[in-house]
Amino acid sequence: MVTPREILLTASFVVLVLADIVPVRAVDPAVLQAQQRRVEVMARVSRSVVAIFGSGGAGGGSGVLISPDGFALSNFHVTSSSGDFMKCGLDDGRLYDAVIVGTDPTGDVALLKLLGRDDFPFARMGDSDRLRVGEWVFAMGNPFLLATDFSPTVTYGIVSGTHRYQYPAGTFLEYTDCIQVDASINPGNSGGPLFNSAGELVGINGRGSFEKRGRVNIGAGYAISINQIRNFLDHLRSGRIVDHASLGATVRTEDDGSIVIDRVLQNSEAWRRGLREGTEIVSFAGRGIRSVNQFKNILGIFPAGWRLPLTLRRSGELHDVLIRLRSLHHESELRSQRNPQRQPRRGRTPVPRKRDAPEIPKGFRSMLVRKDGYANYYFNELEQQQFHKIIDKFGDYEPVRGTWIITGQTTDNRAFEFVLADEGLGLTLGNRDYYQSLKEVRIDAEPPGSGGIMLSFHQLRLLLTRRADGFTEFYYLGSEPLDGIGRRVDVYVSLDAAIETRWFVDRENRTLLGFDTRIDDDRDECEIRFDEFDEFGGRQFPSVLRVRHAARQFAVFRIEVSDMRAIGADVK
Amino acid sequence: MNRPWLIPVLSFVLAAIVSDSICRAETVIEFAQQRVVKIYGTGGIRNLHAYSTGFLVSPKGHVATIWNHVLDQDVVTVVLDDGRRFQASLVNAEPQLDLAVLKIDSEETGFPYFDPADAGHADPGARVLAFSNVFRVATGNESVSVMHGVIAAHTQLAARRGAFQLPYEGSVYVIDSVTNSSGAGGGVITSHDGILLGMLGRELRNARSNTWVNFAIPVTELRPVIEQIIAGRFTARRRQARDTHETPACTPLDFGLILVPDVVTRTPAYVVGVVSGSAAALNGVQRDDLILFANDELIQSQRQLRSVLGAFEAPGTLKVVMRRGDQLVSIELSVERKPDAD
Repeated sequence: MVTPREILLTASFVVLVLADIVPVRAVDPAVLQAQQRRVEVMARVSRSVVAIFGSGGAGGGSGVLISPDGFALSNFHVTSSSGDFMKCGLDDGRLYDAVIVGTDPTGDVALLKLLGRDDFPFARMGDSDRLRVGEWVFAMGNPFLLATDFSPTVTYGIVSGTHRYQYPAGTFLEYTDCIQVDASINPGNSGGPLFNSAGELVGINGRGSFEKRGRVNIGAGYAISINQIRNFLDHLRSGRIVDHASLGATVRTEDDGSIVIDRVLQNSEAWRRGLREGTEIVSFAGRGIRSVNQFKNILGIFPAGWRLPLTLRRSGELHDVLIRLRSLHHESELRSQRNPQRQPRRGRTPVPRKRDAPEIPKGFRSMLVRKDGYANYYFNELEQQQFHKIIDKFGDYEPVRGTWIITGQTTDNRAFEFVLADEGLGLTLGNRDYYQSLKEVRIDAEPPGSGGIMLSFHQLRLLLTRRADGFTEFYYLGSEPLDGIGRRVDVYVSLDAAIETRWFVDRENRTLLGFDTRIDDDRDECEIRFDEFDEFGGRQFPSVLRVRHAARQFAVFRIEVSDMRAIGADVK
Repeated sequence: MNRPWLIPVLSFVLAAIVSDSICRAETVIEFAQQRVVKIYGTGGIRNLHAYSTGFLVSPKGHVATIWNHVLDQDVVTVVLDDGRRFQASLVNAEPQLDLAVLKIDSEETGFPYFDPADAGHADPGARVLAFSNVFRVATGNESVSVMHGVIAAHTQLAARRGAFQLPYEGSVYVIDSVTNSSGAGGGVITSHDGILLGMLGRELRNARSNTWVNFAIPVTELRPVIEQIIAGRFTARRRQARDTHETPACTPLDFGLILVPDVVTRTPAYVVGVVSGSAAALNGVQRDDLILFANDELIQSQRQLRSVLGAFEAPGTLKVVMRRGDQLVSIELSVERKPDAD
């Protein structure tokens, strides 16, 4: 028999349980937690969002900090209208001075540096290739310049498409492999970050599809993928106006859907690696090719000069080749992009274009060095100083600017002797003698199949004895994967008249790994890699050098004696 | 309440829910994208884009889409999600529903498709996904664009394109995001569970507020006609013009222009007088002025002028070039008021 007391107790228990359950059913705790997490993520990353203004306070756009020492990303079309020095507002309500570092007019990206702190809050980069259509993302920035206290506006949406290609607006700007979102991207959002739901930076917002409804968002905004920007980031850090790439060949779709070479320049590396009209491209940079847009998408995310793997199908057989990409633009075209006066073109989020009077903040004047081909040469000089420290580790080569005599044996047992002097270069290799005059350089004076081994050794001698002064030009280029497929290395470039050498530096150990010397633009380089170092006369010098040319190994040189002499101590 | 087990359990449940919802969203999106096609046909001039969207409604390759100018040619090109390109022809159309059904020119019977019989209904507040070839962003084997939104209303729609009234009189889903832009018409909205709900309509303005509306026609409304067309049982009613002139169009008189009597096929647009205080009077239009261009279109007859004015949206400004003696005179005539309906 159930007593009234038991009924009362049971009822009380049911009421208590329901009281606990009903609110839970009203709002699912998972929803509340997801919301709480979203609020926390947005609060955290909003500290890295930058409101950008011209030095006079005019203009307007957005950006995002990516390092504690103040490096920030934005759009080129934002910074190009804001002058070399800008004012940048952060979520803390404070205004900071900033200076332009490097620009990518084709990709519509600019790198700037906020000044005055070394503990800036910054966004962590995600992997934009992992974005999936339908995934939640949010844009932050200063649309319509709404925030007078610089706290960013958040717009929330989903990824509408990935790997989108947006045709060039005018001659330069081209959005390749970009991210399409339905989060509102409006005027003033340009240059601001696109975050995934974890608060990782996955893109830089910069463009929208606008039509007859006016220049406000209508559901299709585009962000430059952060993976593309990663490829260019060190190039931007060089202070240069960086260029995108061309393969030296165009592609077309065949009736069967395959992608084949349409036209190819005969003086290009693509031609030298065997690409011809009708050659099928199976993959490029590790991605399968199924459409012309896809090919353009892949090509567009790499800087000029990178060497990339390409898989071809010829006569039914697959061939893997590596091709160094050519510049998309002429140098003079890039130079004209330093401070373009153009109006923003259709399809791009605009910012007011009022030119500010140049106003350099006190104390920061030295941080802007103008030079042709550079957005700000100051940052290249900083990188060059880093390179000199690497060369310092080789020892003091200044006293041995005279003739060098380097002898040894190749791994295929040929004796060699290099004689490197200011007037000319000699090489005995096995039973053959070669002489290269430095007054009139001739490629046919070099050992066949080497690509210019004597001139390459001469470049190394110039670098060690005279540093940057030995060259007509010397600069930090950026970074690239070593030999197209290896780890990312820093690249410095020297020009000795028309001879271009790319010096490769390990980013962790800060050691010189080797160099490529190209005698002229239409030939393959002589590629030298240092396998071992030894001490010769108290100085470090590579003792084992692998030499390749045109995708073939030429020889491996084992140095036994390196006789480096002072000027005047030459043997006549 | 001390329940130490609660946090790990809730975290596990949350993680499971989140990962499950992400997987489900991806599956739903893939499912829908495989069934939405890109259509290329007539257009490419002025504001008439040459592309739109459709969705497969049979395994034999029937495609439902909106009945618009893109279909103004015998054969259009249909590009599937996997990049395959087909020719397709119009099977039949129902202007009252703004619906056309195409058939892909192929004997294949295994096309992925939405079965209109499975279409569902959604109430205001329901979250939806919109799939379309908006702005032709996707090409070749790229999947159509996806947007998210919420059903804001399920209601009757009074909308127009230019001066033309939408022929459709049934109910529509009004969506809170910008789903109906260039090329999106003929796309679909689905629930987050992948249930087909509606076909995105063409770009229209609300006839009352003049604002752009984003809407979809419920597939439940389209289903009988789609099924009849596929089965070959549909008899088209007498074809009306694509757009019916229900909203009165502007006339020369709305601008204050009094023209010579229109007595022959190509009566020139000569002015014989202006209404005092009208836009024409304020801009100095004179007797014997001959209208040569209106909104950059060559005017060879009064009939042609009325045609241009028919597409004119009031309030707005009409650019007019007139011959006055041996001079060309350019003026802009503004009209603030929409013509009154009868």
